[in-house]
Amino acid sequence: MPEVAYHAVALDTLRLVAADDLIFAYHRASGITHLLAPPAPEILNILAEAPMRADELLVQLAALYDLADGDLAMLVARLDELIAAGLVWRA
Amino acid sequence: MDRVVKTDGWLLARALCDPASVATLDANGWTSLLTIARAEQLIGSLAHRLEGLPMPESAARILADARGSAAQGRVLALWEAEMARRALASLGCPVVLLKGTAFIAAGLAAGVGRSIGDLDILVPTDRLDAVERALIAANWEWVKPDPYDDAYYRRWMHELPPLIHRDRDRMIDVHHTILPLTARITPDAAALIADSVALENGLRILSHPDMLIHAAAHLFADGDLAGGMRNLWDVHRLVEEFGTEGVFDRAAHHGLSVAMHRAVRLAAALYADPDGVQLRLSRLDRLYLHRLTARDGWGRAVRPLLRQAFYMRSHLLRMPPLMLARHLWTKWRGGHHAI
Amino acid sequence: MKHTHQLRIGPVGFRIGSDWAAPIAQLKTLYRDYPSPHGDIADFNVRLFATRPWRRLVRPSVMIGGDYILPEAAPLPLAQGLLAAEMAMNLQMALGQRRYLLIHASVVERDGRALIMTGESGAGKSTLAAMLAARGWRLMGDEFALVDPTTGLIHAFPRLVSLKNKAIHVVSAAMPKGRFGPLLAATPKGDIQHLVPDARAIAAMDQPAMPALLLFPNFGFAPAIRDVGAGEVFVRLTQASTNYVAMGERGFTALTRLVREIPAKAIDYPDTGAAMTAVEQLWTGL
Repeated sequence: MPEVAYHAVALDTLRLVAADDLIFAYHRASGITHLLAPPAPEILNILAEAPMRADELLVQLAALYDLADGDLAMLVARLDELIAAGLVWRA
Repeated sequence: MDRVVKTDGWLLARALCDPASVATLDANGWTSLLTIARAEQLIGSLAHRLEGLPMPESAARILADARGSAAQGRVLALWEAEMARRALASLGCPVVLLKGTAFIAAGLAAGVGRSIGDLDILVPTDRLDAVERALIAANWEWVKPDPYDDAYYRRWMHELPPLIHRDRDRMIDVHHTILPLTARITPDAAALIADSVALENGLRILSHPDMLIHAAAHLFADGDLAGGMRNLWDVHRLVEEFGTEGVFDRAAHHGLSVAMHRAVRLAAALYADPDGVQLRLSRLDRLYLHRLTARDGWGRAVRPLLRQAFYMRSHLLRMPPLMLARHLWTKWRGGHHAI
Repeated sequence: MKHTHQLRIGPVGFRIGSDWAAPIAQLKTLYRDYPSPHGDIADFNVRLFATRPWRRLVRPSVMIGGDYILPEAAPLPLAQGLLAAEMAMNLQMALGQRRYLLIHASVVERDGRALIMTGESGAGKSTLAAMLAARGWRLMGDEFALVDPTTGLIHAFPRLVSLKNKAIHVVSAAMPKGRFGPLLAATPKGDIQHLVPDARAIAAMDQPAMPALLLFPNFGFAPAIRDVGAGEVFVRLTQASTNYVAMGERGFTALTRLVREIPAKAIDYPDTGAAMTAVEQLWTGL
């Protein structure tokens, strides 16, 4: 049984404004404003290109961004937050 | 040209029916119209009907704001539907959108400028527990009812007790039929779902005849006619868009013939033919219209005795008399006031 | 409604109806120099009414009604009818305003630029605004900053300034020529007295201003000034806005522009004198 993959909203559905280290994101489809701090913007960037499993995402994050070695459990927790926020979903 | 227009709900009905008629309004007239429209939750619909017509600048600005407000309300309503879809997707059961959210999701005329409050969905009775669990798992919570209300709801009402989303603060009402189980009329819930139509995203809406019947049932059996002008505007827009073919037969199947005929007549009386040229209205119809238009230029609900009469009638329709007595007694003891 | 009045505060017109003459008479007096709503069509309606017909006379208490209401609101005694009217107008704005982003703040203007002061109740926004106005700044408002999402400009909403408890004495001492409303003693928020904005504030109510400085004042501490980071500013402003969510993307545009373009400082101050010194210092340094 294929493991579930994470999908993210297309980046053009977000209105993004950067200030200091933060990104303010207005999600047009939901009307919700999010404050995104690393690794959330990086996760969204990667998943917006292509959906993938959590373990693959972990590898991509380490490769593309200089993110300190997180563990899978922490990544899944971040992804759960993004799911609750409506920016990511599992399929 | 100097026709005397009463300052009550008819002022709003006339403007919706014949937008050009607002040309004769003075500042006072506009103020009353806008106030009544707000009170009847129809200012968004009115704003769309009147868009582009010549009018005082202030009125134009206020109505432009109303259109903007409705547009944002639309975004939030569709998002609630989407999040409910995500929460319930794995259950594989039909999820049917009802009322305003359905009109908007399906791009119907009835959805233009409509204000949306809660998300209403219809699911099969036998999946109710699973739906409840899935919503709670996705962070909806009970709006804390008192224990009596909760038992009453579960046993007799046509919906789960209300749920509200923890983060988004929006309510969802999960129905399993369209009238309370205690009502004298019992619509065929399974047929409603069987005939529902799928949208692109997998959520469903009622068939057009069932949508009309639901609006009629909702208006006459589920409430004391508060919000009736909006309900009948929905009926009018649905009839305009889809006609009434098959509707009355279907209504008969659900046991809602009388309500359906009355809804179509009253919607036409308000919004298609307010001068009553072609319609034949009974005395009871006229009483209904009088109750429905009971607003003054300050947006206050007027005609209190008539309102009370209809309120009591709606409870009679919903509950057998003994149950009603017990229910009202318990509520009164709890410090609520029944009327 | 037996007694009525219409007035305009900045871009917003109100129609107020009352079961009693007194609150309307007070409004007419205090707002006597204010214009009517544009085109005589009010944006919002407010009603002061008795719960039951006999409560107009017996233990009269004022229920607040209008286009937008809080269902659980408690009535006020008739003696505080003016307060009820002010609260009701604020409520219409808070719940119904859709053209401008609202931030719970006081605003004063100098040289076409606006100073916005926002914070919790009791932070001293109204007092500071009144005192700065006494010093020559133009008062734009003490309750709401109106931000135009298209232009980024701040529009004035100079309603009656609401002064509470000690602030009443501080301000009336500093403004011996000021016009004040009646002293409303022992309201749910203590003693309240309203200050009528001066002639200049009223005459200039339709002139917007460019926002130039955002302050988060904090009363009752030794003087201190610190920068406030963008994230904190954003979060605090959304908390201080009653209509941010309803405004949708336009609200986001207005707020992010403020966050990115305007310096934001938190000032702790022990008394209004210290606060005004800090304000002048920061303003000069812009």
